[in-house]
Amino acid sequence: MTDPLKHLTDRVKSHGLNRREFIASSMAAGMTLAAASSLYSKAAKAAEGEPKRGGHLKLGLQGGSATDIIDPAKSQSQFTFVMGRNWGDTLVESHPHDGTAVPALAESWESSADASTWTFKIRKGVQFHNGKELTIDDVVKTLHRHTDEKSESGALGILKSITEIKADGDKLVVSLTEGNADLPLLLTDYHLVIQPSGGVDEPNSAIGTGPYKLKTYDAGVRATFEKNENDWRSDRGYVDSIEMIVMNDATARVAALSSGQVHYINRVDPKTVSLLKRAPTVDILQTSGRGHYVFIMHCDTAPFDNNDLRLALKYAMDRETMVQKILGGYGKVGNDFPINETYALFPEGIEQRTYDPDKAKFHYKKSGHDGSVLLRTSDVAFPGAVDAAVLYQESAKKAGINIEVKREPGDGYWSNVWNVQPFSTSYWGGRPTQDQMYSTAYLSTADWNDTRFKREDFDKLLLSARAELDQAKRKEMYRDMAMMVRDEGGLILPMFNDFVNASNKKLKGYVHDIGNDMSNGYVATRVWLEG
Amino acid sequence: MDTAMEDGQPRRRRLKQRYPLTVLILQRLGLSAGLLLAVSILIFGGVEALPGDFAQTYLGQSATPQAIANIRSQLGLERPVTTRYFEWLGNAVQGDFGKSWASGNSVSEQIGKRLGNSLFLAFCAAIISVPLAVGLGMLAVHFRNRVPDRIINIISLAAISLPEFFIGYLLILFFAVKFGVASFPATVYDGMSFADRLSAIALPTATLVFVVLAHMMRMTRAAIISVMSSAYMETAELKGLGAFKTIIKHAAPNAIAPIVNVVALNLAYLVVGVVVVEVVFVYPGMGQYMVDAVTVRDMPVVQACGLIFAAVYILLNMVADLIAIVANPKLRHPR
Repeated sequence: MTDPLKHLTDRVKSHGLNRREFIASSMAAGMTLAAASSLYSKAAKAAEGEPKRGGHLKLGLQGGSATDIIDPAKSQSQFTFVMGRNWGDTLVESHPHDGTAVPALAESWESSADASTWTFKIRKGVQFHNGKELTIDDVVKTLHRHTDEKSESGALGILKSITEIKADGDKLVVSLTEGNADLPLLLTDYHLVIQPSGGVDEPNSAIGTGPYKLKTYDAGVRATFEKNENDWRSDRGYVDSIEMIVMNDATARVAALSSGQVHYINRVDPKTVSLLKRAPTVDILQTSGRGHYVFIMHCDTAPFDNNDLRLALKYAMDRETMVQKILGGYGKVGNDFPINETYALFPEGIEQRTYDPDKAKFHYKKSGHDGSVLLRTSDVAFPGAVDAAVLYQESAKKAGINIEVKREPGDGYWSNVWNVQPFSTSYWGGRPTQDQMYSTAYLSTADWNDTRFKREDFDKLLLSARAELDQAKRKEMYRDMAMMVRDEGGLILPMFNDFVNASNKKLKGYVHDIGNDMSNGYVATRVWLEG
Repeated sequence: MDTAMEDGQPRRRRLKQRYPLTVLILQRLGLSAGLLLAVSILIFGGVEALPGDFAQTYLGQSATPQAIANIRSQLGLERPVTTRYFEWLGNAVQGDFGKSWASGNSVSEQIGKRLGNSLFLAFCAAIISVPLAVGLGMLAVHFRNRVPDRIINIISLAAISLPEFFIGYLLILFFAVKFGVASFPATVYDGMSFADRLSAIALPTATLVFVVLAHMMRMTRAAIISVMSSAYMETAELKGLGAFKTIIKHAAPNAIAPIVNVVALNLAYLVVGVVVVEVVFVYPGMGQYMVDAVTVRDMPVVQACGLIFAAVYILLNMVADLIAIVANPKLRHPR
């Protein structure tokens, strides 16, 4: 280990450096992202010490509602997302730091050469909470339930290409319409919790193979869990019991954390982070994520069907200011394609697009469009969307472009404005893979192609990248796709938002998981309590 | 001769003269039922008119046309609105509010729990605030335009001017965060002991007391002062009765009607209008339940909550009117 790296790891151990800063510095010192991540985890683990068992963990979470439902197929809220991670397991999990597929209930897997048939070996000796042993039958039935055409499962969309799910002895065989090198990662989706008999009879029983058993649940109020003594894994489930309380009010969460009533809260408002930091018992937990805030133009609707106008609007965006003002610095600038370096096979070395009024002016003139451009927005699009639109209006003005900002009601925004009107604000959560992100919103036939980006060559590239098992070739394809979206698409992506959560200093072992918010939902199963 | 024909008037009028209170109550109940029906139409129409239906709102940004169609057909949402309204009304009349579209749970069961929580909080706030408000009001009248009156007025005006979430936050900041004497959040749940429950709701109760106190206190003060200026009060004073005694014995009973009215309004508010307080203190009451349901257009829940809220208002207003009538014999026998 070189000296600067030793210095960096020492600083991690003394809590002087968070993961992001560490990785940025060590990458500057010549390390790769994966190596930097694993080095950080080691250093952080050394800082946290050995996991302690026992104690009662209390979480105060935003995003629960009286209308929530336990059934993982219909799980929608942040609250049921974390609940599902507590009581259930998926076949595959994603690595918290590099996002690759790691075994869970599926011990191992292999695919045919064209990646269109996959065989999963299911783990033996795993028990459900009710004492019943996990069988291949439960797995097959679970996947059937989520892929049934009439299913209301939130995972229905991502599993569309599956044609057959069957058991071959004690192995699971999944066939696809076309090759997909990322199938294992699709199975990490939080809807796909393996339930006894697929959860067909009792979808809401919360019986699973997870580290905690659901004890009480009052929708929109509170959930309590106790330790599953027969858990098949020993590297999780450190606390004895968990209490999750729905706290939808940001101030209430902060008050509950700073008065020591809960150990962890999610969704800390970037505007108040600096105030919360002052509390001596509180740690701010900042995790880079894949979620991004966007301004979307329909490529097939005038005046946005003109690529020069789209470029003009892209150059008129002041990304740095957006990150500072809207995210309070808790985020990273975007480069007009929906992928950042947390994805495997991220196309490195693409030039960062910056605010350039002159270029914007040039393209605007070339587009031949004059008059104002109507941008529709609402605060439900993303927190601070209306402010962001006004900031954008200001920076565009300097380029001689007049953006008219229209504030729309939050009710019905997703049905009446987003994906309907030609220019609006929106957000995207991350997806486990680049393929999934592009297939969801940039494939010509995608239901959610909210920029109306329709190009045959892009579609072709996407489909061949999907079935490509050679990682180097695949990376090159993703780079080409990113360039197409960046230079010719209807997407303006000023920023990727970090997940900002906070915990009591007694809470140890928090894993900054790039997969999703709240340690990819695993927060309660991964942390332990000190003292 | 038949007594019914004696004065040439139908029986109904005589019934009204003989049992004025009973007839009045029956009339009120009839009126209430009519009002509830009207409210049910308004609620149904209102939710129907909101942009985005349940299937779409519930699935949000992640809605695929297939999933939306699945949910709609499962709930029978493609049927005409009138059919659905009458079907719902028929069940509601039999006390069956159906199942929540979102969670599939029985609405009546859920409401039972939530309404219980709301009533408990409202009850605790009421037994503190009502006597306190009336007492302070009388005290203010007694010391009219003197220092105690002024202090009471200033404090109550300040309390009424502050938004309730702000009072709530202040109480949390001082009593939960700084001094750590009060429990927070105020989440109550099944299997909690009564003492724990009481301690959990201490802060929200205090907030509510602050919020409703001023209104009732000022009405009490105004009503008594208005009675005090009437001729018989002057007589009482001339008789040489003590000042405090005149207020309690002679002025207060005659001021009951307006006081009871404002008390009823505030009680209704305590049950149905405390959404903000519930959110701030993380208290699982009816308000939060309804807001959650409106957000996803969970019609059965919205309608049931709406009807119950309307019923609470109508009931409390009716009781207030009846008390006013009982307290004032003049109103009992309309000429």
